[in-house]
Amino acid sequence: MAYTLKMRLWRGDRSGGDLQDFDVEVEAGEVVLDAIHRVQATQAGDLAVRWNCKAGKCGSCSAEVNGRPRLMCMTRLSDYDPSETITVTPMRTFPVIRDLVTDVSYNYEKAKELPYAELPPRDADGKRRMMQEDVDRGQEFRKCIECFLCQNTCHVVRDHDGNKKNFAGPRFFLRYAELDMHPLDTVDRRRVTREQAGLGYCNITKCCTEVCPEGIHITDNAIIPMKERVADRTYDPLVWLGNKIGIRDKDRDSRAEL
Amino acid sequence: MTDTSPETTSAAGTGETEKHQYDVVVIGAGGSGLRAAIAAHDAGAKVAVVCKSLLGKAHTVMAEGGAAAALGNLWPEDNWQVHFRDTMRGGKMLNNWRMAHLHAQEAPERVLELEDWGALFDRTKDGLISQRDFGGHRYARLAHVGDRTGLEMIRTLQQRTVQLGIDVFMECTITELLTDPAGNGRISGAVGYWRETGSFISFEAPAVVLATGGIGKSFKVTSNSWEYTGDGHAMALRAGAKLINMEFVQFHPTGMVWPPSVKGLLVTESVRGDGGILKNSEGKRFMFDYIPEFFKAETADNEAEADRWYEDKANNRRPPELLPRDEVARAINSEIKAGRGSEHGGVYLDIASRRTPEFIRKRLPSMYHQFKELADVDITQEPMEIGPTCHYVMGGVEVDPDTQMSGVEGLYAVGECSGGMHGSNRLGGNSLSDLLVFGKRAGDAAAAYVAGLDGTRPTLPEAGVQAAQELALSPLLGSGAGTENPYTIQQDLQQTMNDLVGIIRTREELERSLAEIEKLKDRAQHLAVTGDRQYNPGWHLAIDLRNMLLVSECIAKAALEREESRGGHTRDDHPGFDERWGTLNIALSINSAGDGVDLATQPLPVMPDELAAFFQEDH
Repeated sequence: MAYTLKMRLWRGDRSGGDLQDFDVEVEAGEVVLDAIHRVQATQAGDLAVRWNCKAGKCGSCSAEVNGRPRLMCMTRLSDYDPSETITVTPMRTFPVIRDLVTDVSYNYEKAKELPYAELPPRDADGKRRMMQEDVDRGQEFRKCIECFLCQNTCHVVRDHDGNKKNFAGPRFFLRYAELDMHPLDTVDRRRVTREQAGLGYCNITKCCTEVCPEGIHITDNAIIPMKERVADRTYDPLVWLGNKIGIRDKDRDSRAEL
Repeated sequence: MTDTSPETTSAAGTGETEKHQYDVVVIGAGGSGLRAAIAAHDAGAKVAVVCKSLLGKAHTVMAEGGAAAALGNLWPEDNWQVHFRDTMRGGKMLNNWRMAHLHAQEAPERVLELEDWGALFDRTKDGLISQRDFGGHRYARLAHVGDRTGLEMIRTLQQRTVQLGIDVFMECTITELLTDPAGNGRISGAVGYWRETGSFISFEAPAVVLATGGIGKSFKVTSNSWEYTGDGHAMALRAGAKLINMEFVQFHPTGMVWPPSVKGLLVTESVRGDGGILKNSEGKRFMFDYIPEFFKAETADNEAEADRWYEDKANNRRPPELLPRDEVARAINSEIKAGRGSEHGGVYLDIASRRTPEFIRKRLPSMYHQFKELADVDITQEPMEIGPTCHYVMGGVEVDPDTQMSGVEGLYAVGECSGGMHGSNRLGGNSLSDLLVFGKRAGDAAAAYVAGLDGTRPTLPEAGVQAAQELALSPLLGSGAGTENPYTIQQDLQQTMNDLVGIIRTREELERSLAEIEKLKDRAQHLAVTGDRQYNPGWHLAIDLRNMLLVSECIAKAALEREESRGGHTRDDHPGFDERWGTLNIALSINSAGDGVDLATQPLPVMPDELAAFFQEDH
């Protein structure tokens, strides 16, 4: 079934812009990104939009569709009434470059501060052994496609641009948690997670989890456990006392503090 | 510094060019590009990675099934010799034997290295890297993470690249390679533009590694992303290198066919590797009717044996659903043509009736998600509708198998944009391991080449830089003569390639395609692009079109020349192998006018007797 879709697309650049109306022919089974591509091919050749795989695997086409942070390639037109106008605006937390394309360099800057895996030597036969149950959680976090919708939605930076300097954001808390839960890793990064990544800024409103297109339980499985681990190290009076008198947490014996 | 942005001082309109100098410039940030950059960096070179998209978005991210490596974790009988044999037979013996040899030997170590860098592969019950069955592989061989192995691989390499502090130029497109006029045509660097601002950038470098991926965007139904416009193929041609095997284009048997939005989108071969079967509209498991002579001895001819194979590979032969991709794609095509297709013009891929919902969701999470979200199909309950989709080009830059250097000194090519490794047909899973093995080899070789230069580094010719920039700007200048919309030309090219140079080919259609491509080349001289230089996709496409047209011509010309059917090249008017063609490569080079390609045949390198012996023994 073909029909004419009414779209409002934000067009402009760093100096400003506004919503423009487009009427575009669409078909049953199409997604918002198809409609945008048709506008591009037939009405506005210079309409700027990021995309790559168009299959929800690369995380390039993030935007706000009727105000909701989403991947345009995974937002089906059939979820809207054909008479409804669909409004697409760029992610609000990042500076606009042009039209629907934003400057997401904040995320790439934060990525440079991340720790990395530091594993012991391999086993004698040149291989490594880890049990599936021990990598399940890390694998959940590594499903992240870096669409940065969680970063866009997180009010810590969405509403307070000044926090960006001290706050890595939910996408990267996944990475800290993944390394802390890696069965072979040798480093304890709880101190840097608190001091450098700013885990304490998060007050677990779960907005990140809600918008994750991969369905990763960012808050419950990564952020809250990391907060608990950080709290254990920093604030638990028994742990403090234990440290003072030389009784150490045996679970952490294989990890050296960063 | 890791990622690099357009210099704020660069004046977009003034013709000023931002200039950089490196030892090694890697073009492309997929698996092979990043692996090459890491290797060159580790060898002491000053390295830049330049990519059209953001870091981590390259096409590798879409790879699903796994990386083939004879680790022997599930089947101790597996080793590099078996993998080598499978690869050569999958490519119908047209592979560069030395590349297939190195690949089979080095893939296991390259996969284990990813684990050292933090990759988390699925595990066996003993805690080793698990391995999965795939078409054409005798044993379960693919290291994987569910059905998102490419994501795991690119993220691991990306994180390693950032950790090492390698400079990455994101959303920066290279439009031309430049050679040194004083130094017998060796490479001297590359020029391009920042997509964000449209301002120009140049890289002076004695070594350039092309890692630009494939050409799939020239076809209408494809699993490939917008980036796959054959940039590396075309730039290498223009720099003086040769392309080989361009007639061999892989149509993956299982792409989604409905809804229209996702037509062509990949459905991983893992569905069949994990037990899925193909059925036509009559409910018949039709692959048993399509077992070719070449694979008869190793393929089950009845359902009972095929089903036993998953558990007992020693005493049973492989199901015909796991024949190499070219065979399966042709069979599906025949069923659809014979009127036994599904509602939306495909056939059925059924795993729902063969495995439990829990198994399917654990092993194929992203397929489950993809069908649920985009097609309203629950693959644990009902079959998928699938059909062939343009997926991979076996052809690419002819390279030295040990170093990946092309015929142009200092120019290397790795991954999909190189040619030879996969012969006439690539086995699933051999791509991800190809990226790692030859990425590392090229990075090492490029760094060694630069270190060995005796103080005479090539310089970037100013005239070449200017010419490349003028050419890039020409669609934008609005001389008033232009009337052609680049998007329309791209759609017309995609339709032409799909209709005339697709999965089944004939002389008449190929000749027609070449005439059509000439017309499109002519139309592309008269482009009219709206807007300015700032993040303008219409302008970017106008620049990429030149490359797409040149590689399309290569494919059609080579396909017309090869009068036989082999691997990813099927001629309806020349069915079956021709022994004479079994020892020849078709090589393409730029013509003297620089506006098309010349074709020549050349003998395939002959493998030494001790390797040839693998193919004489009775299977």
